[in-house]
Amino acid sequence: MVAPAHVGPLPAFPEAAKTALADTQLRRNLAKATTTIRSKRGNVVGELPDWEELRAAGAAIKADVMRHLDRYLLQLEESVIHAGGQVHWARDAVEANAIITGLVQAAGAERVVKVKSLTTDEIGLNAALRRAGITAVETDLAELIIQLADESSSHILVPAIHKNRSEIRDLFRRTIARDEDLSDEPQQLTAAARRYLRAQFLAAEVAISGANFGVAETGTVAVVESEGNGRMCLTLPRTLITVMGIEKIIPTFQDFEVFLQLLPRSSTGERMNPYTSLWTGVTPGDGPQTFHLVLLDNGRTQVLADEVGRQALHCIRCSACLNICPVYSRTGGHAYGSVYPGPIGAILTPQLVGIERAKTLPYASSLCGACYEVCPVKINIPDVLLHLRGQITAHAGALNPEAIVMRQLAAIFASPKRYERAQKLGRQGQRVFMHDGVIDHLPGMLAGWTHARDLQALPNQTFREWWRQRQRENERASEGGREKEIG
Amino acid sequence: MRVALFITCFNDTLFPDVGIATTRLLERLGHTVQFPQAQTCCGQMHYNTGYQRESIPLVRHFVEVFGDAEVVVAPSASCVGMVRELYPKAAALSGDERLITAVRDLVPRVDELGEFLVKRTGIVDVGAYFPHRVTYHATCHSLRVLHVGDIPWRLLQAVKGIDLVELPNVRECCGFGGTFAVKNADTSVAMLGDKVRSVLDTGAEVVCAADTSCLMHIGGGLHRLRAGVRTIHLAEILANTEED
Repeated sequence: MVAPAHVGPLPAFPEAAKTALADTQLRRNLAKATTTIRSKRGNVVGELPDWEELRAAGAAIKADVMRHLDRYLLQLEESVIHAGGQVHWARDAVEANAIITGLVQAAGAERVVKVKSLTTDEIGLNAALRRAGITAVETDLAELIIQLADESSSHILVPAIHKNRSEIRDLFRRTIARDEDLSDEPQQLTAAARRYLRAQFLAAEVAISGANFGVAETGTVAVVESEGNGRMCLTLPRTLITVMGIEKIIPTFQDFEVFLQLLPRSSTGERMNPYTSLWTGVTPGDGPQTFHLVLLDNGRTQVLADEVGRQALHCIRCSACLNICPVYSRTGGHAYGSVYPGPIGAILTPQLVGIERAKTLPYASSLCGACYEVCPVKINIPDVLLHLRGQITAHAGALNPEAIVMRQLAAIFASPKRYERAQKLGRQGQRVFMHDGVIDHLPGMLAGWTHARDLQALPNQTFREWWRQRQRENERASEGGREKEIG
Repeated sequence: MRVALFITCFNDTLFPDVGIATTRLLERLGHTVQFPQAQTCCGQMHYNTGYQRESIPLVRHFVEVFGDAEVVVAPSASCVGMVRELYPKAAALSGDERLITAVRDLVPRVDELGEFLVKRTGIVDVGAYFPHRVTYHATCHSLRVLHVGDIPWRLLQAVKGIDLVELPNVRECCGFGGTFAVKNADTSVAMLGDKVRSVLDTGAEVVCAADTSCLMHIGGGLHRLRAGVRTIHLAEILANTEED
């Protein structure tokens, strides 16, 4: 979880991934889910002739928001207050949790219903509420599943992507459907969750949501979802508290035209998502009568200060980069040690929590570029990964062993003479590791290669040696030819 | 054309046959091949591992070696990708105006082999003959950095005698990723496992690509499994004729 209360480093990705990769059920679940969403996305994106223009528009709007965030935030505050809402500013997770806990207590509630929200996961809100004696009930089906299982989300959009239906059936039988005769049919599982949740919705006094978008111009807040649980939370309770990262602003209502096309197609692979809830302050006699908007920084202004890294704040949490990523689709989300997994997590988490706490994340990518290709707001994830790797090596200092090797190699490559000498030395040195013409075991870090792969041995002649030999032969041949002519 | 061959340190040291094939192919097509012997490495490993400053002298060296070339051709999508995408950034990082200008001037003259053949010289049928069942792996940098599209596929389709089969999930990474392959060896191998499965599903005897680094990775897995499938660079297929 990304929270300043945790000051130690996040778990190292290679080790965390190793555990996940060995879980065959997880691998199967992930492969099936990511492949399905990937192909659905491909189909609906392919339908739009102006997809590239939409992406460019999304990127341009977000770039403008970041450039003028100070102005847009104040405009949003003014618009929300004007529409009858209240605005709170939270510098970090601790402040945000204190504000929200206080608001729930002021409303006299001991139980709140929640719409799926990554931002509240980021600040560890549920645990903070629990410490204050308040029960938070997740109402999104997948969020409910992982809450009941006491696990954490492994995907931005499909938090329980790591679980299959028979695992869910077993979980429900242990928790919300104890006396029920439940099969692993999705309809039956959904019905069990619905019975449980309906009672929660009707009893709740306070709801807590995140926000997909906040419109500076009008103060309108939007939540995009699929199950209708969001609509219940956003309309039934008397008090609504919304936590929104400061980067979620869009300037005008008109901008929905771009983002409500980009988001559903990129995330669930749908032309339009089933429920889009928009609300502007409070409306007497209709819906919540008290509305609080908590604007959260929690490291975002620090990201904003980095001109290359800042594009990570453009993210609209669609998760297309997770689904397409060859790393994520094999390791799943838990290996990333953060509520933001996958390629976007690899660039966002280190910037939010501090690069020294997440040094392995920017390396959790083969730089294949698939994430950049699908990103609806054109975040150049590979570029930011390289930028962050640069910060990591700078931070590691000149004496770290990798830096020493890299400097030596750079010195070798900088001189053709040293380079050729190294080629010859390599050819002699490799014999120790060779077996039947290939290298099948290497020491140290390079053993990572040969554990599962053979390595081509250096051949007896480099290309440049062949080239010179050919030149010599050609010269000799032409000299020979001349001699013949003379003779 | 007068072609300056950028062999890449990887091919020079590990896969000289790719360079020999590239030379023979280009000469057969009537081009004059030059090999500037001062060339070394493009600096991609340094840049991608986070040693961007350390790559700057290598960028400078490359520009010095190839600056005057009419056209530079390399049998590696990845190294050409480094030059085209990242050299301008490395030059900007150096703050050296002369290097920035020199890079800007050189970049449009650097081609990956397939691009050179199809885009620059307009040839698709190079007169090659290769009577084997072949599948083609579209490397990530071919696809998503150079955007070569179907160029390699079209070149292969024109080869006489070839039995060309499509690779399932052709757009997916093989798991190499430079130092990723050792820093995240387990994830890399998991990706490789699926790539190898796709290759075996085609029933091909040869896997071909425009980058030996990816081929070394796929080939390393295939060889360890004694799968009976070999890897070959695109240039080696295109260089092969009925006379060979």
